[in-house]
Amino acid sequence: MSIATATAAPITAQAFKSDCKPVWCPGCGDYSVLSSVTKAFAMLELRPENVAVVSGIGCSSRIPAYTSCYGFHGVHGRALAAATGLKVARPDLTVIAAGGDGDGYSIGGNHFLHACRRNVDMTYVVMDNHVYGMTKGQPSPTTEPDWDSKLSPGGTGLRTFHPLVIALAAGANFIARGFSGDPNGTARLIADAMRNPGFSFVEILSPCVTLRPEQREWKNAVRPAPVGATDDPARAARRLMTDDGFNIGVLYVGSRKPYQPPAAKTLQRLADLEAQFAI
Amino acid sequence: MNDEVKVRETDTLSIALTGSGGAGVMTAGNLLLEAVARAGYYGLMVRSSGPQIRGGEAAALVRIATRPLDCMADRFDLLIGVDWQNIHRFADEIPLEASSLMIGDPEQGNPPEVFVRRGARSAQVPFKKLSKAIPGSWPNMVMLGVAAALVGLPAESVETVVRKSYKKGGERLAASIAAIQAGYNAAAELPAIPKLAAAKPAAQPRWLITGNQAAGYGALRGGVRFVAAYPITPATEVLEWLSPALTKVGGTLVQAEDELASVNMIIGASFGGVPAMTATAGPGLSLMAEALGLAVAAEVPIVVLDVMRGGPSTGIPAKSEQGDINIALSGLHGDAPHVVVAPNSLADCLAATQWAVHLAESMQVPAIVLSDQYFGQARAVVDRPADMRYIGERAKAVPRSEPYKRYALTDSGLSPMAIPGTPGTAYTADGLEHNERGVPSSQASDHSAQLDKRQRKLTAYPYGDYWAEIEGEGETAVVTFGSCTGPVREAIARAAADGIQARLVSIRLLAPAQPERLAKALEGVKKVLVVEQNHSGQFHRYLRADMEVPGEVKSLRRPGPLPMSAADIYRTLTEWSRP
Repeated sequence: MSIATATAAPITAQAFKSDCKPVWCPGCGDYSVLSSVTKAFAMLELRPENVAVVSGIGCSSRIPAYTSCYGFHGVHGRALAAATGLKVARPDLTVIAAGGDGDGYSIGGNHFLHACRRNVDMTYVVMDNHVYGMTKGQPSPTTEPDWDSKLSPGGTGLRTFHPLVIALAAGANFIARGFSGDPNGTARLIADAMRNPGFSFVEILSPCVTLRPEQREWKNAVRPAPVGATDDPARAARRLMTDDGFNIGVLYVGSRKPYQPPAAKTLQRLADLEAQFAI
Repeated sequence: MNDEVKVRETDTLSIALTGSGGAGVMTAGNLLLEAVARAGYYGLMVRSSGPQIRGGEAAALVRIATRPLDCMADRFDLLIGVDWQNIHRFADEIPLEASSLMIGDPEQGNPPEVFVRRGARSAQVPFKKLSKAIPGSWPNMVMLGVAAALVGLPAESVETVVRKSYKKGGERLAASIAAIQAGYNAAAELPAIPKLAAAKPAAQPRWLITGNQAAGYGALRGGVRFVAAYPITPATEVLEWLSPALTKVGGTLVQAEDELASVNMIIGASFGGVPAMTATAGPGLSLMAEALGLAVAAEVPIVVLDVMRGGPSTGIPAKSEQGDINIALSGLHGDAPHVVVAPNSLADCLAATQWAVHLAESMQVPAIVLSDQYFGQARAVVDRPADMRYIGERAKAVPRSEPYKRYALTDSGLSPMAIPGTPGTAYTADGLEHNERGVPSSQASDHSAQLDKRQRKLTAYPYGDYWAEIEGEGETAVVTFGSCTGPVREAIARAAADGIQARLVSIRLLAPAQPERLAKALEGVKKVLVVEQNHSGQFHRYLRADMEVPGEVKSLRRPGPLPMSAADIYRTLTEWSRP
C-alpha cells in the first residue's frame, strides 16, 4: 500500500509502541511482529496519528492497542471489512489490518478472498501459528491434518489451507512470507508491502511456544526464498504451490491498479438531487 | 356503455394492473402513476409479485385520489389482466365488489374463478391482437391506454410521460403511443367506472418518490457519506439509488461480499469519522447483529436501515410484514442499548432516516431504521416533505495536555470521539469491555461503569416531539407504528364519521422506549387498540413489557403479506368502542 505523507520529524520505532502491556505468553512470536510493524512505520517516517491498525479477535489481534496509532479491535474475522471501510472512507490514512490464521483464514475467509480481489490500498499482516491460541489449542485452517487436540482427537484429517496461493488466485497485489525470528527482515517486508500500491499480504510465521512448542524448530526450517519476487502470476503460482512453506521473502509483486471508487468531476449540492423527484 | 350502473363521482379510484412477470405490468403501472401525477392527482402504487424474476405473476396496484393518500384502499374499482397467468394468487390482495369492473383479453380465456365469484362486472379488450396490429408495440401499452381512459386522464398527460421514458424517441416511442391510443379507443366501448372528481391545484410542490428513495435521500440529508451495500430484496433500491447519489455529493458506496462485511465496513468508515449506513432486510439484519453489538460497545455511530419483509428465514422476500421488531429491539447479545426508529409514512422514510443519522451521530450509537417492503417499494405522489434541521453532529475530541480518555465517564454519558488523523488523541476502539481510556478490562467496576455510561447517554438524550405522531382526542386510542399508521388513520376518520372519537398514537422512536411520553399521550384513555402487521404481536408485547398501557388493551394483528386494512381496523374499533 502507499503511504500518508510525513509531516514532521521522523518518529522512532519505540515511539510507535504504547504503554499497554501485551497479553501474549513469554516467547510468543507476536512480540517480535509488533517490533517489526513499528520498525516498518518508523522506516516509512509515518506519524502515529495518520496510521490505523485494525484487527479482529485472537491473540495476535490484540496488536492495535500495543501501538501508539489509532487502533480498532473489532469482532472475530471482520478486520479486513472494517479496514476496507476505513480506508475507502479515509484514503488519507495509512491502514494496516492484522490478525491470526483462525481470524483471517477461517471465520474471515470470505473477506480475505474479497479483500484480495478488491485490491484496496492497504496491508494485511497475518501472524500464522497454525493454532487457535486464545481458546487454548484448537486446529486452525493451517494446522497440520494429524495434529492431535481435544477438539479433534487424532487430527482433523483435513488438507491445510494455502493462504499465499489463495491470495494470488484471488488477486492480491503483493505477497510475502516472513518469520518472526527475523524482526529486521520482517520489518523490511512489511515496509515493502506498505509501499506497494493496492492490497498487500504479508504472512508471518509466528510460533506459539505454549501450545505448539515444536514450532521453536521453525528457526531451523526457514530460509530466504531461493529466487526473488516475480511479477508473473503463473510463475508465482508454481513457486507457491511447490514450496514447503518456509521460503521467506517477497514472493509476488503485481501491478494491478488499486481500488478506486467512482468520483464526480464536479460535486453537486445535496438539494440538487431533489430535482429527480419533482413532478 | 353499461346503462345499469349509474356513474357516480368519487374522490378516489383503485386500479389493479396484472399479468405474468415480464409482461410489463410494473412499467404500465409506473407510467399510469406518472400520468396521474402530471394530471394533478395524488397517487400511490404498490408492487406485488411472486418470487420469480420473470414468468411469475405481477400486479401493479394503483390508487388515485384528489387528496394525499395514506394507504391502499380495501377494494378495487378496476382489475385489468393483460393475461390471467397465475393471477388467482392475487385474489386476497385485490378485493373486488359487484360494482368493480374486470377487463381481460378474450384470447386468454375467462378471468380466474376467484374473481368471478365476487360478482364483479366483466368486459373484454383484445390486448394482444391490438398490439400485434401496431408493429413494435406491446400489450401492456394498450392496457395503459385502457386504464388511463377509464380513469379519465387526458391522453396528453399519458403521452408526455411516455415520451419522457423513451428519451431517445424513435419507432418504439411511436409504437407505444399508437398502442396507448388503441387502448383509449377500446375503452370508449367499455362499461364505465366511477368518475374521478377534478384534481385540486397543488398548494405546494409535490414529489413522486418511493420509500426506499426517500430513505436514501434522508440518509444523505442526515450527513451519511459512506455506504456499504449487499443486495437484498426489498432494500436493494435504497443502495442502487444511493450509489450514484453519493458520488454526486462526494461520498462513497462499496459493494460488500456479504452483510457481515457491509456492517463492519460502515463501522470502519464511521470510526474514521465519516457518517455511514447500510440497508438490508431481515436475513441481513440477523447477520449484522454481532457487529451492531460491537458498535454499541465501541461507541461507533452507524445506521442500519431494515426494509422488513415476510419472515422468518427467506420468508416472503417481495412482500411486506412488520416482523423484525423483536430482533431490532432485542436481537443483540449482552446489555446493548441502541436506537430503533420507524418511519410512519412513505414520505416519512426521509425524515425518520435523517433523524436516525442525527441520533446515531449525536449519541455515538447504532441506530436501526425499521421501514418495510410496502413503504420501500411503493411509489407515491406526496407533498414535498418539510426540511428538517436534523444533521448528524458528533462530539469530537480535541487534544489536551492530559491523556485522552475515549470512554470518559461523563454526566451525559457522552464522551468526545477522536477522529484518526488528529495528533495527541490516538486510542484503540474496542469491543472488549474497557476502562475510560479504552484499555481492555474485565473488572466488575469498569464493566458496570461503562454499562451505565452507555445506557445514560440514551436515557438522558432530549428526543423532542418527533418521538411519535399523536392525533385526535377520545377515551379510545389506537397505538401503532410504521406502515399500519396509514390504515389506522383512515379507520379513525371513518369512525369519526360515525361519531366515535379515537386517538392515534404512532410511535416513531421504538428504542429507547419512552414510557413517560406514552403515558402522557394516553392520559384519560380507557381502551387501547394495538395494531401491527405480524403473527405473534411483537409490538403489543413490547408495549406491555416496556411501558404502562392504561385501561383495557386489545391486540389487532395480521401477518403479512396482506396489508392491515382500514376496514378491519374500523370494524374492530367501532364494535369495541360501543358501550
